[in-house]
Amino acid sequence: MRILNLKAIYILWLREMKIFTRAKSRILANILTPLIILGALGFGLRGATIPGIPASIGYLQFLIPGMVGTTMIFSSTFAGMSVLWDRQFGFLKEIMVTPVSRVSIVLGRMMGGTTTSVIQGITILLISIIVGFRVLSVVSVLESIVLMIMMSAAFIGLGLAIASRLRDMQGFGMIMNIIMLPVLFLSGAYYPLTNMPSFIIYASYLNPLTYGVDGMRGVLIGLSALPVTLDFGVLLAFCIFMVLLGTFLFEKSEAV
Amino acid sequence: MYAIKVDDLTKNFNGNAAVDHISFTVDTGELFGLLGPNGAGKTTTINMLTTLLQPTSGYAEVAGHDVVQERDAVRNSIGIVFQETALDNRLTGKENLEFHSVMYGMSKRDRIDQINQVLDLVELRDKADTLVIKYSGGMKRRLEIARGLIHHPKVLFLDEPSLGLDTQTRRHIWDYIKKLNKEDVTIIMTTHYMEEADYLCDRVAIMDHGKIVAMDAPSNLKDSLGGDIISLEIKDQGSDDLIADLKGNQWFKGFDRHDGTLDLKVSNADKHVPEIFLAAEKRGLSIDSVNLRKPSLEDVFLGFTGKTLREREATQADRRRERSIQRARQ
Repeated sequence: MRILNLKAIYILWLREMKIFTRAKSRILANILTPLIILGALGFGLRGATIPGIPASIGYLQFLIPGMVGTTMIFSSTFAGMSVLWDRQFGFLKEIMVTPVSRVSIVLGRMMGGTTTSVIQGITILLISIIVGFRVLSVVSVLESIVLMIMMSAAFIGLGLAIASRLRDMQGFGMIMNIIMLPVLFLSGAYYPLTNMPSFIIYASYLNPLTYGVDGMRGVLIGLSALPVTLDFGVLLAFCIFMVLLGTFLFEKSEAV
Repeated sequence: MYAIKVDDLTKNFNGNAAVDHISFTVDTGELFGLLGPNGAGKTTTINMLTTLLQPTSGYAEVAGHDVVQERDAVRNSIGIVFQETALDNRLTGKENLEFHSVMYGMSKRDRIDQINQVLDLVELRDKADTLVIKYSGGMKRRLEIARGLIHHPKVLFLDEPSLGLDTQTRRHIWDYIKKLNKEDVTIIMTTHYMEEADYLCDRVAIMDHGKIVAMDAPSNLKDSLGGDIISLEIKDQGSDDLIADLKGNQWFKGFDRHDGTLDLKVSNADKHVPEIFLAAEKRGLSIDSVNLRKPSLEDVFLGFTGKTLREREATQADRRRERSIQRARQ
């Protein structure tokens, strides 16, 4: 048997795309939520001096890369949710009895989830640019897309890992919330971590989103706490680890 | 050549045996049934044979391949219609079939041919582009059967194929299953409908508490009871005397008590009803009603397990309820 079955990966991806484009309300909610937070925080705190943010950049500019990172995380949890959905509606069994390698199944799901997440991230970025977000260059937008792909793959891996251990959707939602809150607030997505006590700064180095958001800021507005190449490298390592973990646990899980 | 060979197969869940050392074989081209109440272990057996569950112990092969060692070869040779719907209802009927055929590595031309063919077969061609969420229960079932066939499986598993269907659709699906079987597809199905097993299966294995209690052609199983059945509704007191009186006769083969009725196993029963009535009258017993019938698989089940199928399901439901109450208390 082939380890990678490209046609199967494609059809799994295509299925995610079809479901995504048919769920209009979900797309709308996923794009509106970050925009609302962005508007509320960005305009509410406009002009405030926050330590760590140079006055020349301003809070709104600072916040936009963080919001794109937030979108990546939220939409990526849907990939885990979709495994549980399939389990609940029996479709997971249909997938698991096919003679397709489990690695291909995980990859198909990941690519589907990553594509939908990145589409949403790009949408947020484009809307921000239209309303006045100043990015360094076109290249920096392309670089930020690479970061988006890595962030979303890493968190989809996490979602798959957790979903393959669970049976019910509510439990999954609660666990994801518990994980997501510290991940979001300890990533520097909404404020610079320089104000935090030092142990929190150390903890944030274990958080993949820290590198994602910092890298995004680095490439988009030229402000980063860490070297951008370090952000890329660490995020890639996280991404590979999470994908492997997700694949491993998904393979081990039983379909019924 | 065997399509399925099962040897001493066992599956434990938390120390409880759901399937308890069962062995059987199914010939190529056979229509084989697993009959039993809910919770007898039928679906667990199917899940092991279709590689969805790992057996705790024992050996099984499907289409000549070990279900543990050669899972992909097994997956390539089987089709399955699950007990519960396993369709993506956010896709159309046709998209569900396309997904399936690509997962089974079919070429594009084969896919188009086969999808149209199976859609015609289950008469869903005109609904092919409708989202499955808008399908009725019968349509979903038909679509799933169609899907199980697209990739030309050697062995088709049907887990309760007519569960929850109306009589008309059930008939339709039965005829369809028979037709398929004639086209050399080996079929193994589970059911807890006696008449379904009786009508469809070449051979049935009766399962109870994870074990196979009897296995043969439905007609042989019924013959093994040794006669027809006369059910009498009669007061319990005094019926022992009646049985004692009847026991001397050669035509009297045995009896069973359940649900307040007395079942007598009698050969050539129609000839002996008057004698039984006379004997009852002599003892001063009044018979409230009488029913004479040829044995059904229901009687076979009763004969082998000592309970009717419905009683067994009731006790199992009770036990499940008790267990969940215990769990809630813990």
